Amino acid sequence: MKADGIGARVTRKEDHRFLTGNGQYTDDISLPRQTYAAFVRSPHAHAKINGVDSASAAAMPGVVAIFTGKDIAASGIGGLPCGWLIHSKDGTPMKEPPHHILAVDKARYVGDQVAVVIAETLEQARAAAEAVSVDYDVLPAVVDTATASKAKASVHDAAADNVCYVWGHGDAAAVDKAIASAHHVSSLDIVNNRLAPNAIEPRAANAAYDKSSDSYTLYVSNQNPHVERLLMCAFVLGIPEHKMRVIAPDVGGGFGSKIFLYAEETVLVWASKRVGRPIKWTADRMEAFLSDAHGRDHVTNVQLAMDANGKFTGMKVTTTANVGAYLSTFASSVPTILYATLLAGQYTTPAIYAEVTAVFTNTSPVDAYRGAGRPEATYVVERIVETAARDMKLDPAEIRRRNFITTFPYATPVGLTYDIGDYPACLDKALKLADYAGFPARQAEAKTRGKLRGIGLSSYIEACGLAPSNVAGALGARAGLFEAGEVRVHPTGKVTVFTGSHSHGQGHETTFAQVVADKLGIPIDDVDIQHGDTGKVLFGMGTYGSRSLAVGGSAIFKAVDKVIAKGKKIAAHLLEAADTDIEFKDGVFKVAGTDKNVPFANVALTAYVPHNYPLDKLEPGLNENAFYDPTNFTYPAGTHICEVEVDPDTGKTQIVNFTAVDDFGNIINPMIVEGQVHGGLAQGIGQALLEGCVYDSESGQLLTATYMDYAMPRADDLPNFQVATHVTPCTHNPLGVKGCGEAGAIGSPAALMNAITHAVGVKDIAMPATSERVWRALQGRA
Amino acid sequence: MTVNVTMKVNGQSVTAAIAASTLLVDFIREHLRLTGTHVGCNTAQCGACTVHVNGRAVKSCNLLAAQANGAEVTTIEGLAAADGTMHPMQAAFKEHHGLQCGFCTPGMVMSACELKGKLPNATDEQIREALDGNMCRCTGYQNIVKAVKAGLAA
Repeated sequence: MKADGIGARVTRKEDHRFLTGNGQYTDDISLPRQTYAAFVRSPHAHAKINGVDSASAAAMPGVVAIFTGKDIAASGIGGLPCGWLIHSKDGTPMKEPPHHILAVDKARYVGDQVAVVIAETLEQARAAAEAVSVDYDVLPAVVDTATASKAKASVHDAAADNVCYVWGHGDAAAVDKAIASAHHVSSLDIVNNRLAPNAIEPRAANAAYDKSSDSYTLYVSNQNPHVERLLMCAFVLGIPEHKMRVIAPDVGGGFGSKIFLYAEETVLVWASKRVGRPIKWTADRMEAFLSDAHGRDHVTNVQLAMDANGKFTGMKVTTTANVGAYLSTFASSVPTILYATLLAGQYTTPAIYAEVTAVFTNTSPVDAYRGAGRPEATYVVERIVETAARDMKLDPAEIRRRNFITTFPYATPVGLTYDIGDYPACLDKALKLADYAGFPARQAEAKTRGKLRGIGLSSYIEACGLAPSNVAGALGARAGLFEAGEVRVHPTGKVTVFTGSHSHGQGHETTFAQVVADKLGIPIDDVDIQHGDTGKVLFGMGTYGSRSLAVGGSAIFKAVDKVIAKGKKIAAHLLEAADTDIEFKDGVFKVAGTDKNVPFANVALTAYVPHNYPLDKLEPGLNENAFYDPTNFTYPAGTHICEVEVDPDTGKTQIVNFTAVDDFGNIINPMIVEGQVHGGLAQGIGQALLEGCVYDSESGQLLTATYMDYAMPRADDLPNFQVATHVTPCTHNPLGVKGCGEAGAIGSPAALMNAITHAVGVKDIAMPATSERVWRALQGRA
Repeated sequence: MTVNVTMKVNGQSVTAAIAASTLLVDFIREHLRLTGTHVGCNTAQCGACTVHVNGRAVKSCNLLAAQANGAEVTTIEGLAAADGTMHPMQAAFKEHHGLQCGFCTPGMVMSACELKGKLPNATDEQIREALDGNMCRCTGYQNIVKAVKAGLAA
């Protein structure tokens, strides 16, 4: 193995700038003559807007301009688009009410933007925003997910019953039959709690219009700048795409929340031409809580039918998913395509049916958050499997083993074909690392100390590497899901790689460089990765769904192959041999079976100084592009095991061991992969133990809109994790990789909740399992 | 109201006439253009804005610049040696992958450096407690704890 190549634990190239304060996040960028924006946000969850009086605010010091929804509408601007069309089971398309970038007639959640104030300084903008007077008629709010479709009020006139769609997936009749003829049917009602993504860098944007070129530049904290540009130009503002440059510089965490096209940056771009100066906006934390798209928020009933041996025969899932007040960019796909297709889990359950009702409420929009649909699916599957084990008095490991898929490729009854995996191997490794066999002794010992000890498993699967464009298109996607890459070899043999993937913590500048350096046989320091700028990178679909290496890395891989192929032709000319006789290995082109060779850098130089060059049949230069569209999803899978100790006096849960064994396919940089798993686990454990967005059920006020009220996992809330991998290489991408970014958040909540309910001896406790909830569950049991 | 402040930032004396309401973090970021110190919450919860004031780690979003008048302030930009060699704590974060997106990192490193003076032999548990005021959403803290331990020992 090359010391800095594929598989090596290489420290990160990007770290020096981050560690010395030289990162460049959006708020760090200030443009000449820039102004500052402050948004006037609705203090009501649901209110009619009778009028906006900005006269006195406009007269305040430093105010440059104030715009309202009417100003935007008057310029013919429509609303924000949703990128995925879902059809209800009766064939009707989902309801897509307008999502104005500034509210026009109604405000539909606390934080909905009603007007924007642009001023010379941030303080002046904020002061004037406070002085804008909005005449509201407060309306009853729809808040609760489970009852939204029966609420008296309607969030949108176009959806009087607040239902966006009722989507069905799978064979309902086969599942009903399986349930009717089952030996036993386990059933569970569970809630997947709403989460605020909470990247530590708040969303930010800085938009500038240049009159001389009639073009715009937008700096924005975003995970997919080309998608941002396409959506904003072609679907909202009508700006020609070549007149807009979107730069997503260093981005301080995303977790899905920075995929979407938001109203704020769209307003900034629109207004930048009107005021003729750059406009900067950075969310404060409360704005982030109110206006970042949230995650999860499902209410589900699941029934699992099985035979006398605990073999699963059918599963029925009925879910209500809250999409919030408006359909965010990918909101419709998360509780459907990214959810129900994963309900087979790692099991051979032959018949599965899911019905998902998506409801509008007067709450912040809900969209993809780390895992997006797949954590919700795993939570359903792994909680009901654990319940089934308890009902059938089978060991939780044993019931899983009896139902594992063991032959591949395997077509599930919910539309996916798993290419490869080894679920028993991951389970066995996890059981061993967690000393599962020793649990009864530890439980007995804990009992002597008055503590309740529990253990829980979760054998998750996810579909990553989003996505084969034709498959996604058939399922309603309104975009392609390939990735683009460019490998630019400079005359000296140094390499700049341009990728459509975006790194916001994942370490692409290192991992991608390892791949390129390994393939070209050059030092990693000779390779730089560029991303996040539509003015530099040819195209891109961005980073989400654990797709960067599997799809973006594959595009780079293909481009490097093209570089090598062209290099062989140049080398053949230099070495006076046939193209087909040239081999490339360890950075050297060589005539097979001889010692005649020419190093990579000499070939590069020849390509740019083509004095001795086959100009009649080959173009000069060494610069190749590639687009890669995957042929299948990738299927990372594994087993997480959590062991907890509950203090019955206080209800406090302590995680005493957390083991994760994951199959991510081939691994380029184990250090980075472990880091991704740790971070995912922290978010999953945060969901299960600490986090949750709470809205007042009457007023629709977000009660958890600060770090004093929303419990973020801190260093002393979390244990050390025991992580390991088992490798079955992905069969359909050139690197054999599957993706590792989301697994931790997908697998861990079920493992933890299975452990806590095991310790306490109850069927369910709602997440987050706070001390109070656990204590109350203990009282109920007594 | 305008006030005059003078302080030493990363060893250099700076003087400015600023609005009395200017927070230390805004003085550092907007007036001195030292943007390595970040703002994650504005409410002294997340710790991304942590700097040293007279050797103590403080949250600069929760202090007026005027309160630091006459003080010695060190920001993340002031840690590395003049030739660019990283401080042992910075080097330990790199070595142990104690950062991902990098946004919380400057504050995390400044808090960790303060620990060197207080608890140079801190246990994992003590490190976790000491970092209670610095949030990280990326790493799950495990590698941060590892890095801090190594940084303390270096």
